[in-house]
Amino acid sequence: MPKAENLITVKELTKTYKTGNLEVFALNAISLNIDKGEFLAIMGASGSGKSTFMNIIGCLDYPTSGEYLMEGKDVLTRDKNELAELRNSKLGFVFQSFNLLPRTSAQENVELPLLYNNKVEASIREKKAIDALTSVGLSDRLGAMPNELSGGQQQRVAIARALVNEPLVIMADEPTGNLDSKTSYEIMGIFQKLNDEGITIVMVTHEPDIAQFAKTNIVFKDGNIIANHPVSDRKIATEELIKIATLTDEKSTT
Amino acid sequence: MKFFNLFRIAYRSLNRNKLRSFLTMLGIIIGVASVIAMLAIGEGSNQTIQKSISSLGTNSIYIFPGTNSNGGVRGGAGSVQSLTLEDADAIAAHCDLVKYVSPIVQRRSQLIFGPKNWNTTVMGIRNDYMLIRSLNVTIGNGISEADQRTASKVCLVGVTVIFNLFGDENFNPIGQIIRINSIPVKIIGVLSKMGQNTFGQDQDDIVLAPFYTVQKRMMISSDHIGSIIASGKTELQVVDAVDQITSLLREKHKIAPSDAIDFTVRTQSELSNIFGSITKVMTILLASIAGISLLVGGIGIMNIMLVSVTERTREIGIRMAIGAKGKDVLLQFVIESILISIVGGLIGIIMGIVVAELVATFGGWPVVITPLSVIVSFGFSSAIGLFFGWYPARKAAALNPIDALRYE
Repeated sequence: MPKAENLITVKELTKTYKTGNLEVFALNAISLNIDKGEFLAIMGASGSGKSTFMNIIGCLDYPTSGEYLMEGKDVLTRDKNELAELRNSKLGFVFQSFNLLPRTSAQENVELPLLYNNKVEASIREKKAIDALTSVGLSDRLGAMPNELSGGQQQRVAIARALVNEPLVIMADEPTGNLDSKTSYEIMGIFQKLNDEGITIVMVTHEPDIAQFAKTNIVFKDGNIIANHPVSDRKIATEELIKIATLTDEKSTT
Repeated sequence: MKFFNLFRIAYRSLNRNKLRSFLTMLGIIIGVASVIAMLAIGEGSNQTIQKSISSLGTNSIYIFPGTNSNGGVRGGAGSVQSLTLEDADAIAAHCDLVKYVSPIVQRRSQLIFGPKNWNTTVMGIRNDYMLIRSLNVTIGNGISEADQRTASKVCLVGVTVIFNLFGDENFNPIGQIIRINSIPVKIIGVLSKMGQNTFGQDQDDIVLAPFYTVQKRMMISSDHIGSIIASGKTELQVVDAVDQITSLLREKHKIAPSDAIDFTVRTQSELSNIFGSITKVMTILLASIAGISLLVGGIGIMNIMLVSVTERTREIGIRMAIGAKGKDVLLQFVIESILISIVGGLIGIIMGIVVAELVATFGGWPVVITPLSVIVSFGFSSAIGLFFGWYPARKAAALNPIDALRYE
């Protein structure tokens, strides 16, 4: 197996918060490599530091100390505006609560990152948005408002929004936290499909069965990585969905 | 390209939150409209009051002949006949601070109508006199220019004269011929009732006739006139107008700068002072009305802007997460504020004018819309809208995206 290209490298990443006189280590000297094409699931109890880690590698926050390289280039020396550009062009975000703009159609929500990207011409903006929505199976709901969409559909719009600038990495923070298990599996199906197409995915989750769809799991506890292992019995979303379908079929026939 | 994108983002944002946009705009509309309407009503009142006061003659200028002194015995005012019709004409022609001028000749005469007679003042005047003294004719017509030229035997009478000659104040004397010093004169108009002046004189006990009629037909022939009455362009320029008249007449009468003048120029300085203080009070009143209206309007705009931006913290977080820079967010809010301010300001101007006109039409209250009030209210409201849209947005734009995202 050829050695995979390195995408994200963090060394000795530390983040501390001060509460009174006490210094709390949200991250305690974390070092990690994420290769291109990886599908990483980050697990851990709340307060374990997984979201802090996610925010830092998602370029939304700065660590207290440490090093962060993306494609071999230093990230932490850049200012806020450069990080914003980086988020716009290289990263896509998917949140637990979807975070779509209210009263804004699916298509306009997906167009949003393109409006903040100077390199995208107005003429191809609409086409790119429609393509992204089509790739998550929502080509028939372009004009729908978020409140007219189910949770799964809203999350798919959010994924399309994350995809539209053709990012290297998709950062997903508890993407299935607000969804039922069948819809969760559908979202995982989309992630696995995107991953197969070459997009790296970093996902925070506390549900072990969702983490099973990833290639690698790491577990945080008290700001430290306590486990980092490839997933042995990886679930494939398409197969799981068939299983659920047959289960419900059996239930309905019996 | 980039700016156009932000414009599009701002427009979409306003468009999809119509209620919020409207409420924000409402702050500006009410702010601008109230200032314009209040100032229009205030300015209308101010002008009405000023007009009433100036009708008392605050800007009138009286020019009397000077005094005569003979071997240490000095005569009173008017003991020298030094004013001529030419002086009056010269003032009209050369003094640009003077609006109206009329020469006056007057004498006490016996009026006779049928069995009744009455002694009163008959004044020969030019038509400017009516304007200077704010006199109106209630019944009949005023003296025409043709009457003036031809020295027609016509006159205007005050109500006291009517009462004494015809026995009834409300008698319509138009067309009646009365005798003034045996000269038959036709009454063509009745002067509006003026009542007493400040010193208790009955101002309605008077007969006005064309200047030449009195000078040529009723007086012992002479080129000299009794006095001249004039009015300044504005109340505030009366003093300067007096200076102009004085230097003009000095020149005409060939009086050396060291010598005493042979005429007297007087103004109702006491009334002018009252007028000045009333103007000051009205100015302060208007300024306070404007200030308070602007303040109230401004606070309204400020509140809605602050609430609207705070409410959108999460939206700002989303935008930043997907790649909006701080300045993109800021610029978006500034564009939104400008759009709201301009549209709201324009609607406010229209509303303010409509309200002022409604007050004028249905309240019968005079209103005057000054361009300054429109500019000031629009400018101030826009500035407040811009500032209070910009200030919280700047705070939000400086937020950490994750804090903004977490904001509920």
